Amino acid sequence: MDSKRKKTKIVKEIKVDTSKCVGCRACEIACSAFHAVPKFSSVNTARSRIMVVMDEFRDIFVPIRAGDYAQAECNGRNRYVIDGKEYDACTFCPASCPSRDAFKEPDSGLPLKCDMCESVPPLEKPMCVDACTFGALTYEEREEEGAEEEKPGDMEIVFEALVKKHGKKKVMDTFARLSKS
Amino acid sequence: MRYAETGFQLEVDLSKGSIDKVETDPRDTAMYIGGLGMNLKLLFDRVPPGTDPWSPDNLLIFGNGLLNGTCVPGANRVSVDTIAPLNGFLGHSLMGGFFGAEMKMAGYDRIVIRGEAPDLVYLAIHNDKVEIRDARHLRGKLMDETQTLIKDELNDKRAWVAAIGPAGENRVIMASIDCGNSSAARTVGPVMGAKKLKAIAVRGTKDVYLAHPDKAWEMCSRLRKELDANPNVGDWMATDEDDSFHHNNFSWGNARVRRKTFWSAELEERWRNLKYDHMSRWTGCWNCPKACHNLIQWPNRRRFSYKCYGKDTYHMASFQELDFTFEILPIAMDLGLDSYSTPQVIAFALELLDAGILTEKDFPGMPSDVRQRFYYLLQKIAFREGIGDVLAHGTSGAAAIIGKGAEKFDHNTVKKFEQLPIKLGKLNPAYFLMIATGEEMAITQTEGSFPQDPITDPELKEEFIKNWIAVPDKKFHEWFRQWEKRDQLPDDAMCAICDWNECMHYLDDSLGLCGFVSSFRGQFGGTTGYHVWNMPKVITHVAGIEFDKDRLWEFFQRIRNLARALNNIRGLRRHMERPPDDHWAVRNEEYEQQLLTKYYDFKGWTFDGIPTKETLERLSLGYVAEELIKNGVLTGNEVTALNDIRAKKKE
Repeated sequence: MDSKRKKTKIVKEIKVDTSKCVGCRACEIACSAFHAVPKFSSVNTARSRIMVVMDEFRDIFVPIRAGDYAQAECNGRNRYVIDGKEYDACTFCPASCPSRDAFKEPDSGLPLKCDMCESVPPLEKPMCVDACTFGALTYEEREEEGAEEEKPGDMEIVFEALVKKHGKKKVMDTFARLSKS
Repeated sequence: MRYAETGFQLEVDLSKGSIDKVETDPRDTAMYIGGLGMNLKLLFDRVPPGTDPWSPDNLLIFGNGLLNGTCVPGANRVSVDTIAPLNGFLGHSLMGGFFGAEMKMAGYDRIVIRGEAPDLVYLAIHNDKVEIRDARHLRGKLMDETQTLIKDELNDKRAWVAAIGPAGENRVIMASIDCGNSSAARTVGPVMGAKKLKAIAVRGTKDVYLAHPDKAWEMCSRLRKELDANPNVGDWMATDEDDSFHHNNFSWGNARVRRKTFWSAELEERWRNLKYDHMSRWTGCWNCPKACHNLIQWPNRRRFSYKCYGKDTYHMASFQELDFTFEILPIAMDLGLDSYSTPQVIAFALELLDAGILTEKDFPGMPSDVRQRFYYLLQKIAFREGIGDVLAHGTSGAAAIIGKGAEKFDHNTVKKFEQLPIKLGKLNPAYFLMIATGEEMAITQTEGSFPQDPITDPELKEEFIKNWIAVPDKKFHEWFRQWEKRDQLPDDAMCAICDWNECMHYLDDSLGLCGFVSSFRGQFGGTTGYHVWNMPKVITHVAGIEFDKDRLWEFFQRIRNLARALNNIRGLRRHMERPPDDHWAVRNEEYEQQLLTKYYDFKGWTFDGIPTKETLERLSLGYVAEELIKNGVLTGNEVTALNDIRAKKKE
């Protein structure tokens, strides 16, 4: 397919060094301020798309970035023991999911997802990385050779779903009828 | 629309079981800013003189600094204030960490606790949902466990819990309120215990608004990078393992013994290993690019952290080494005892035993080993058993109860508050004024802007002055330039230095800034992160309140005089303003009293150390003057100290 022609894509990465995190939560503050409307008009770490999972007494400091929304809880959990410290699975999990209140817009409950601070003009690095003076978060961009799939538009997704459910003919008939009125 | 602050305070009456979310007047913010300033106003307005500090009518206030919970780096201090049961004056402490920011995001600038619950309770706050909950099952629980149990109960790992341990429940004067690794002490813990409030859990998910978003963010990002790069702010002791300063200069035991040659290279190397072999990492407070806490995991102890001089107090009180501090701190913290006054009280008790004023009978079953004796006394004090019940009153209180000459061993307190164990040779006039008159009752809460010592090398001196932009007035440059010997500066310079030093603390404590990036650190290197020239811009951009240096200074004077009036109306007078007799070996009573008079005059106070009616009215505190007159503290006709006939007689 033409739309899947070979080309390179930019992969944006935030590297997390948990040993350098001091738990100051400057990343959370920067994220929530950047995504406020208007920009920088408020601070509210509950709106942040990065969260430091923190337990001082157990020396756990893990910044995690909001990923995809998950509809259901996990059907089982893992516990990780790393260097003698025990972490639960949620410590490393980026999902906005029903099992915890993290990464949910506090007013609406809608899921939050990190967008790497996409903006025009683009930032040199995401806000959380810029705010981290301890080097726990570092930003890298690398080129990766691979097929960059062209993303279908919103309408395409809707029509594909309708066709799948009702069949092509019914959708076309309905569309033709509606377009006349 | 309110910026930086929420415009609401939570008022809880534990006797009635009432919870009110009260909108505050923005005009009060302009006058009293927040934190300490607003707390002073509330204490003055609502706790009448004569109120027993242990009674339900006393208030315990957790007051967010105005800038807490915003993007201002290093702004995370909650001013915790009450009327101290120790001496009936202001009891003031600061708590860093995350409690304040969380409180702000829950929608509250401060929490005002009144009354006394019928039995042990805790307060659970989640935004607008506030509950007084039964805490009887938490009775006697240790600090760490209490915080964990409450988080589990609320099923909210992101809640912050400020709690008291057994010591607080038992109204021990040295009890602290802890939240994670942050702590408030200096009599606020026992008042929380008296109110039968085991803990406050807070979680918030609301916006804290910034007045001028782009300017505020730009300025704060720049400040963050400046603080990060500035070696003169933060806590040196987090990374500099040469701690000869405290060990060679401060006194050991019951503020008694100087060991001027204690420190050595061998010791430093050994202690360095001791620390780093057991250290997990450095940790920081909300939104601060400095990480001052050292997180330590000692064998058979829960992980804990300490900051600054907290590293030294236990082993210096007991003539041990650093390993003892590491070993005992988590135990003392879990009992809910502070690390500033508690070691001094224990050393005081053991000295009384040596002196025969207390006897073996007072310490039944006490081991002979000094380390074990400290553990023994920690338990006795926290649970008020036997002699612990007496020592729970603090050094001064215990000395008065014990009698038989014990008062003489209470030699390191001012207005009954334990002081840093410093015993020096020659009088330092600026320090005399700070220790004698500081309303915050501790030198570390008063000193900090003007250097402790002159620079003798002329080139280095000029270099220092060139970079010293924090000075509120060029006259400080001139004084520093002419300064050769520690104790030799004109009296008016000593007065102004004391005033400026205090000023920065009152500003920090109201704005919520940590002294380690501001008021306390100017004295070391001169390049502090915050000063009277950049604070107004920060306030304007973030809180939307127009401030300039003069208005900020007037604000300081207002709340400084309010603090003084609060104490005056409760009986604070000139004769109480005395540093410990042995603080300096060489004293000159006549000179000290003359200096005190000059300082009172400089401050616009009477010969007795009370703000005059004119001083108060000039600062829009006419209502305070009226109260002082009504209570017979002032007649209204007083003159400032130097114009008093008693001052003239002595000339």
